[in-house]
Amino acid sequence: MSVTHLKLYTKPEVPLEAEVISPTVFASLSQSGIEHLNVMHGNVKCNLGDFFKVTGKGAAEIHVEGDLSSVKLIGAGMSEGKIIVDGDVGMHLGAGMSAGEIEVNGSAGDWVGPEMSGGRITIKKNAGHMVGSAFRGQSTGITGGEIFVHGDAKNEIGSAMRRGLIAIGGNAGDFTGVNMLAGSIIVLGELGIRTGAGMKRGTIVSLQDAPMLPSFEYSCTYHPLFLRLYFRKLCEHGFKRKIQDKHLNGKFKRYCGDGIELNRGEVLLFER
Amino acid sequence: MKIHKTEIKDTFAEAFEMCGARVIITADSKQWARAAAASMTGFATSVIRCKLEAAVESEIPEEDTPDGRPGISVLLFTMSEKTIAGQLIDRIGQCVMTCPTTACFNGLESEKSVSVGGKLRYFGDGHQISKVIDGIRSWRIPVMEGEFLIDDKFGIQSAIGGGNLIIFGPRKSTTLRASVAAANAMREVAGVFLPFPQGLVRSGSKVGAKYKGLIASTNDAYCPTLRAISKNSEVPENVEAVYEIVVDGLSEEAIKESMRRGMRAAAEKGATMITAGNYGGDLGKFHFHLHEIANGKSQK
Repeated sequence: MSVTHLKLYTKPEVPLEAEVISPTVFASLSQSGIEHLNVMHGNVKCNLGDFFKVTGKGAAEIHVEGDLSSVKLIGAGMSEGKIIVDGDVGMHLGAGMSAGEIEVNGSAGDWVGPEMSGGRITIKKNAGHMVGSAFRGQSTGITGGEIFVHGDAKNEIGSAMRRGLIAIGGNAGDFTGVNMLAGSIIVLGELGIRTGAGMKRGTIVSLQDAPMLPSFEYSCTYHPLFLRLYFRKLCEHGFKRKIQDKHLNGKFKRYCGDGIELNRGEVLLFER
Repeated sequence: MKIHKTEIKDTFAEAFEMCGARVIITADSKQWARAAAASMTGFATSVIRCKLEAAVESEIPEEDTPDGRPGISVLLFTMSEKTIAGQLIDRIGQCVMTCPTTACFNGLESEKSVSVGGKLRYFGDGHQISKVIDGIRSWRIPVMEGEFLIDDKFGIQSAIGGGNLIIFGPRKSTTLRASVAAANAMREVAGVFLPFPQGLVRSGSKVGAKYKGLIASTNDAYCPTLRAISKNSEVPENVEAVYEIVVDGLSEEAIKESMRRGMRAAAEKGATMITAGNYGGDLGKFHFHLHEIANGKSQK
């Protein structure tokens, strides 16, 4: 498979908006065409080639190298192909993507995969706030796809999530699944406070105990068989060290809520 | 033609197009999976009166099932696409969902599918939850034990029903032993099932009867007690018993391999003759010629 290589050689002084870094945009472009794609460096319009050394023409796979912690919107709106980032990456990674795959061999900033509808994002280290969330003011967040963060993530994971799967290998911050509509969030580490606040439907799972809001009611402790399917999938995607047989076969405490909303959501906490 | 000392008649089995589905039942133990499968495949020997044909295809080791628990695959065939969904819904709903610890998954990848879990979900009375993993939707239905997990859709495909062997022997015990051996060998082929009890039919039928309205009656041509008076008797002298084995399958190749193994196994256990049942060749779409099958190479 042919690959387009981008290597950062000019570190942006202010955030660089690079939604053009996408297989969907690169498709059928020459190397020169890629170099001359417009990016916004703050409020100044520049060329992609002013910041990245480009090797290759438009391909289904893009490899990006360098400290991209100030580079935003990589993979935004992508609908095909694959992006691999060797390094950290900035905000709004994969915003609104509908298909394809993004892999970050580092950490990501805030707003990973906001309002995505398909595809997969994998972050090998940590992520910031608002993983898989709706933008401020929107009532619906992600409507499909998968986000895997192997490290920790911060607050408001899956805010207003409508469908899809988010898995966090480490700890989550506060307000996980806030205003969730449906879908599944699995946190293999600890949850913060206010988990599931305002959720209507959906499933939040943790392998650790967690403080629950008073609007959540305990139902029972049982073995949710469907979690075996999710855990098997996560084992196939690099989470095998964190998921043991005791989790596959074990019991979970089921809390129903949020009682101030539709009350059809659930929080499942592994019974240690 | 002979296999060992067993005469193989130069004839064919006539089989028909059907519609098939495969259901994977898993449970906490093999025992519970078997219980659900046995219940689901009860009264499912023949479309003549049972409206479908179904039986266990194989047991599945836990590492190969969708949820990593012991499993059993069941094949279920009906005469038409129109009726298979209803049969799946009824049998899974009444026999698998009711059985402790079970879950139920689609076992057939196919372009066509029918909604099964998508209909049974209403048993949850609004409390059911849908989950989609890798594009496959499943339903979690709350039940007294906890939850019943079932796939939303089950694949269906064209299938074949009515492959058969008719086995003759000198004594009932010998013929039964030979037929059981044949059935055991036939059942090992993936994609087939034997719908009758332990795979055998002791009362094979023919189309029609002297009585008005009776669609099938005893196949007098193969009844040893009627050898002297049946105009069509096919029973040689010194044959005490005859058994039929019906085999249904997802493909012609699977049925042929099954019949090949069955003929060989029956011959090794003392059958004197093997033939097959047909309707002259004008009714069924599929003809399985015994000599051609016996001469073919075994497939894995």
